Amino acid sequence: MFNLKTTPFHERTSALCQPQNWRKWAGYFVVGSYEHTLDREYWAIRNAAALIDVSPLIKYHITGKDAAALLHRVTTRDIHKMKVGQVVYTGWCDEEGKMIDDGTVSRLDETTFRLTAAEPNLRWLMMNAVGMDVQIKEVTDEIAALSFQGPNTKKVLNRIAEKPLDELKYFRIMENKINGIQVTISRTGYTGDLGYEIWMDAKNALPIWDAIMLAGTDYGITPVGILAMDMARVEAGLFMLDVDYTSTTHAWTEAQKSSPFELGLDWTVALDKQGYFVGRRALEKEKREGSAWKMVGLEVDWVGMENIFKRVGLPPQIPGMAVRGSLPILSGNVQVGYASTSTWSPLLKKYIALAHLQKPYYEIGANVRMEITVEHHRQHAPAKVVKLPFYEPEWKRK
Amino acid sequence: MTADRRRQTIDFAACGQEKELFMTSNQYDAIIIGGGHNGLVAAAYLARAGKKVIVLERRHIVGGAAVTEEIFPGFKFTEFSYVVSLLRPEIIRDLELPKHGLKILPLPSTFTPMENGDYLAAWDDHDLTRRELYRHSPKDAEAYDEYSRVMARAAKAIKPIINLIPPDPSSLHPRDVLNLLKLGQYAASLSEKELYRIAKLVTQSSADLLEEWFETEALKGTKAASGIIGTFLGPRSPGTAYVLLHHYMGEIDGAFRAWGFAKNGSGGVSGSILNAAKALGVEIRVNASVAQVKIKNGRAAGVVLENGDEIQSKVVMSAADPKRTFLQFVEEKYLPDDFVTSIKNFRVRGSSGKVNIALSKLPRFTALDEPALYRGAVSISPSIDYIERAYDDAKYGQISKRPYLDMIFPSMIDPDMAPPGQHVLSCFVQYAPYDLEGGWNDERRTQLGEAVISTIEQYAPNIRECIVGMQVISPKDIEAIAGITGGNIFHGELLLHQIFFLRPVPQWADFRTPLKGYYFGASGAHPGGGVMGAAGMLAAKEMLKDGVL
Repeated sequence: MFNLKTTPFHERTSALCQPQNWRKWAGYFVVGSYEHTLDREYWAIRNAAALIDVSPLIKYHITGKDAAALLHRVTTRDIHKMKVGQVVYTGWCDEEGKMIDDGTVSRLDETTFRLTAAEPNLRWLMMNAVGMDVQIKEVTDEIAALSFQGPNTKKVLNRIAEKPLDELKYFRIMENKINGIQVTISRTGYTGDLGYEIWMDAKNALPIWDAIMLAGTDYGITPVGILAMDMARVEAGLFMLDVDYTSTTHAWTEAQKSSPFELGLDWTVALDKQGYFVGRRALEKEKREGSAWKMVGLEVDWVGMENIFKRVGLPPQIPGMAVRGSLPILSGNVQVGYASTSTWSPLLKKYIALAHLQKPYYEIGANVRMEITVEHHRQHAPAKVVKLPFYEPEWKRK
Repeated sequence: MTADRRRQTIDFAACGQEKELFMTSNQYDAIIIGGGHNGLVAAAYLARAGKKVIVLERRHIVGGAAVTEEIFPGFKFTEFSYVVSLLRPEIIRDLELPKHGLKILPLPSTFTPMENGDYLAAWDDHDLTRRELYRHSPKDAEAYDEYSRVMARAAKAIKPIINLIPPDPSSLHPRDVLNLLKLGQYAASLSEKELYRIAKLVTQSSADLLEEWFETEALKGTKAASGIIGTFLGPRSPGTAYVLLHHYMGEIDGAFRAWGFAKNGSGGVSGSILNAAKALGVEIRVNASVAQVKIKNGRAAGVVLENGDEIQSKVVMSAADPKRTFLQFVEEKYLPDDFVTSIKNFRVRGSSGKVNIALSKLPRFTALDEPALYRGAVSISPSIDYIERAYDDAKYGQISKRPYLDMIFPSMIDPDMAPPGQHVLSCFVQYAPYDLEGGWNDERRTQLGEAVISTIEQYAPNIRECIVGMQVISPKDIEAIAGITGGNIFHGELLLHQIFFLRPVPQWADFRTPLKGYYFGASGAHPGGGVMGAAGMLAAKEMLKDGVL
């Protein structure tokens, strides 16, 4: 029988997954949730230490004299300025300045980079590498990855890592050893909390998992599935390909495509960098003329929502997890945008959403209304445009 | 000025002096006596309305009975109150408490070990709980869902009353009439069935209520326990069904779900309110014990501290218990006789204690070897008879030989509560009567600790070898440390004759007092205790309405 792949941690994760809640991710099975409710997993991210199997992330090793030049050309960041040991988050665009994918670039040494992506990008990278002295290799299967997120993670890693993590700054990567096994550790993640991603040879996956789980016992370590992570990433204002935007490679219409500016990634578009990069001209034009859309944070007014539910005699009923479904956003009775992911935030005690709004409704403080379903009826709860991220603890960058 | 309602005030103010009063440059708009959570909430709401507010706290830390202290190095005890369930959602929103550090962590299960070596558990998954109940009684497993729905509906039905200023039913003052009207409208919105259900609930005993539904002793015992918390009643005493319902109200906020264990314990709750209050400009003074409210021209005009310092203000609010508020801070002559009598008769019989334990490791419960049980509550309530017997001891001035215990392991929920690998255990214990025969002393305190440990030992025989430190808090200690007269955790029992428009005294349930400019916003006022913050919030709102601020 043909099955999807399992990750190198499957032997451990499958033994722990109580509700048999599995999700597909880039051709792999990963745990959706380990427990029957998401509460504890979510709070492990925000109050303790959450261990998340993120092995399905697509990974490329890009090496050679022109490795930097290739990434400088493909992505919107100024890759030549990157120091060894630095990590940057970036999107990459087509010639029209519309997003293909997004991920992180780590400079492992002068001529070696690791690029992560949500979808396969090998063909695109190859096309852009014509004539360059560069090798591109997909290492998704060979490299297992754990995302270790939460305020206690540094203490746990310091118990077992050969070199202490105290010096590892936000968005930096280091070579290290755990129980004598070679790993690289980056201070990155998809939760907006203090956190690390640990990259290792797939054949070392289980001993590393075991070492971290053991060291974390006294610090509230909890294996966490991708559903709880989904709530945390919305709070952190982080979006997801195919949920919050459509890759140009999948889009059927122009309207489905998004530019980095429209997704609020202005800070990642280095228009001041030297030389050509894919999409430059279109992005320069958009920068000059302004964007028609913008992805923003939306906060639903609880009392307003409560009042709508009160009419049918119910307290507010919203799902206790992130919902990846489009919800219309109105101003007056006119639709001015849509929310692409919405979630209850257990920490903020707010109903929040990542929303795409048309000019001028995307300004901070703008009042709009978001669709909610109340007893099978479509209603609209008052909501306000707010700055992203919704949640940023002081220890994230410190 | 004359009294604006039938209720009696003692009017000292001569009209001509009013003007002078407002011309003096008062240092503060409002003084709040007591830095417990209600005092802090009131201060924050007043500051939010632009008022200059100072909170005076007797101890070196604020929080009152919602404090977390490191009694043994590295072990943090949520000393008195220990869970969040009733904290008002609007306070969380209005004061932006999450931004100021409030994190409410899940407390997903309840585990009740039984005397025969078995156990009863309620887990965070509905089907798991149902299957577990089915093991004891298929009938109860079915009744449980219906019971939960009926209780939730009843709680929902009476919940709007929490935020209502209790009207004086005997008054024709427009404010009272309006509030009575609101209450009437609200009562009219309930179905007949709901009205009868509520009438029954507020008069019944929790034992009678539960026996209508269930046959499993451990289930009835565990449910009945929440009907006696903070009262000097047993599960067979009428009125306890209401207390049970009072605790149910924390569970019906729909998606809001503000119930669980606060990060850093109850000190985390008051800590977040403190941060919010400070951010709003509230001034906090600790080690500032109030001796008396200063009265000028018949109005509260400030306070005198025990060290002799005087602080002036336009109004004063007490967040202390009713006895301190009216019998200690104010001389009797400033209050009507019948009011003083009523306050003297207000029942504040402390009935519970707290034992906080530092553990080198987790004890093992013989009934079940399951790590998940340590993340929820462990309830020693094997039957209604067990709890009623515990009450029998207390009725005659004794510590219960086998007390009811509500235990949680805070370090299993928030790992930062204890040093890595070690734990803290919080045991709420009832009954430990304030009026103990022979009085409280070290020996009796040891006896209380021993009653708790030997009770736990029945179900977790290795408990003694896990203990590295222990703090025993009797009702006398609650009084001495948190300053609550009688050591009652609700500042006064939630008895039928002490709730709503009767709390603390008939005709004075609207947070005002017979002394002008003096307000009362604490657990002894409507709607009562349980780290709700409602009294503080409502009192602040009433203070702002009176036009003095």
